[in-house]
Amino acid sequence: MLKDITLGQFFPGDTFLHRLDPRIKLVCVVLYIVALFNAASPLTYGVMFLALAVAVTLSRVPLRALTRGLKAVYIIVLFTAVMNLFFTPGTALGATWLGRHITAEGVRAAVAMVLRIVMLITGTFLLTYTTSPISLTDALESLLRPLKKLRFPVHELAMMMSIALRFIPTLIEETDKIISAQKARGADFESGSLLRRARALVPILVPLFISAFRRADELATAMECRCYHGGQGRTALHVLRCRAVDWAVLALCALLPAAVITMKILGL
Amino acid sequence: MIQCKDVTFTYPAQEGREAQAALEGVNLTIEKGSFVAVLGHNGSGKSTLAKHMNAVLLPSGGTVTVDGMDTRDEALLLEIRRRVGMVFQNPDNQIVANVVEEDVAFAPENLGVPTAEIRRRVDDALRAVGMADFARHAPHLLSGGQKQRVAIAGIIAMAPEVIVLDEATAMLDPVGRREVLATIHKLHREQGITVVLITHHMDEALEADRVVVMDGGAIAMDGAPREIFTQVERLHSLGLAAPDTAELLHLLRSAGAQMPPDAMTAAECADAIANWLGK
Repeated sequence: MLKDITLGQFFPGDTFLHRLDPRIKLVCVVLYIVALFNAASPLTYGVMFLALAVAVTLSRVPLRALTRGLKAVYIIVLFTAVMNLFFTPGTALGATWLGRHITAEGVRAAVAMVLRIVMLITGTFLLTYTTSPISLTDALESLLRPLKKLRFPVHELAMMMSIALRFIPTLIEETDKIISAQKARGADFESGSLLRRARALVPILVPLFISAFRRADELATAMECRCYHGGQGRTALHVLRCRAVDWAVLALCALLPAAVITMKILGL
Repeated sequence: MIQCKDVTFTYPAQEGREAQAALEGVNLTIEKGSFVAVLGHNGSGKSTLAKHMNAVLLPSGGTVTVDGMDTRDEALLLEIRRRVGMVFQNPDNQIVANVVEEDVAFAPENLGVPTAEIRRRVDDALRAVGMADFARHAPHLLSGGQKQRVAIAGIIAMAPEVIVLDEATAMLDPVGRREVLATIHKLHREQGITVVLITHHMDEALEADRVVVMDGGAIAMDGAPREIFTQVERLHSLGLAAPDTAELLHLLRSAGAQMPPDAMTAAECADAIANWLGK
């Protein structure tokens, strides 16, 4: 039951987008988000949509996977749509009860917000769909490296992230086992009030935590046995290298917020 | 290769538990290129002894040296751990990365090995344990035996001289155990790696060059498998069982049958019984 959780699921592949340097991809997504939040007119939304469509096509990620990602946030989308629809001041649409409460500005704001959220989610999901968690942490470590000078523990953070990612499936499997064990002893997780059900989780969490600490202890010993001594003097199996294509993609992506902001200033 | 001299070790007192002596004067020399099985019931100190071999634990008294390097010397710590690799019981808790080849690369990365050399070592190590086809797989989708072989590959990639396996087969199913044992024997045979196999499965010790039996934090027996496993009563008194073949011959012998004193393998055992029945 818990196995269905998708946490930024990775779609292995060998497309142009998959091969792109993860650091460039990460920066491009940030640029894309900046552009998205500056988009205001239908034309700018059109530009953004085009950019996203090109990326989706290049990634060859099935559309079904993208919409599945949206399923997780549809409540938020619905909520913002309704809020914008009813609570934007402006000229009323008509004489009926509904018409009096919905304004023309409200409709426009709702559509804009929904588009914005959907495109935001799709864009960021595209990153996790085409980048393996491990290259994502590598990218993060590489991008944050300048912070090392400020004594920010960059390597440690990246190591923690990748270990966390590594243990998610292991701990989920363990949770499933504990749930089955407690059910076998007559524990009831499905009925009763919300409070009752929340309380029923305690006998799952306690053994899960104890075992997680034991695992952490054993893992630390195993890492020491494999000569782990922090980030100092560490080399890597996969070295990130920016090719000319990567820089070109970055330049193209940098044009996106520039274009959108210019259009905004020009009132297009 | 590894030398333990009068090693004593006491686990420090913890809440509600007194300080507990785990090793009481262990003298043991592991020869280069040997295959040593260390046996003992739970709490006999065999795991504690293993953890002394690569400075995970430091002796309270006495000395442990690896190729003449004292494990208490902080400056030599990395070199000692590189030479003496260790595989633990739970495969899940020693795999660091979420791609097999990344995990195998972990130790050489820590040692600062250049990228091209890491690549070569990772490929060689995965081939040596027969997991080359799984280089890009996620470790949590592998079977227990496969995971443990990945863990062994992760050690091989350090180019160690000794592998210490601390009950590395205890959590595996029979198929997984066979896979792991076959891998270890292959590495011992083909790469000349010294193996220290900590176990409580007697049959795993049968194929070792030497068997060390621990009891109460000290070495109780030490010798070739044949010498050890024929002393069935002594093993019983130490809370251990002999391998099934030795147990069977022992029972027949105590029932009055004439059995050769050193029959050990299943074939020898069968021959001995056939001989006796033929008489």
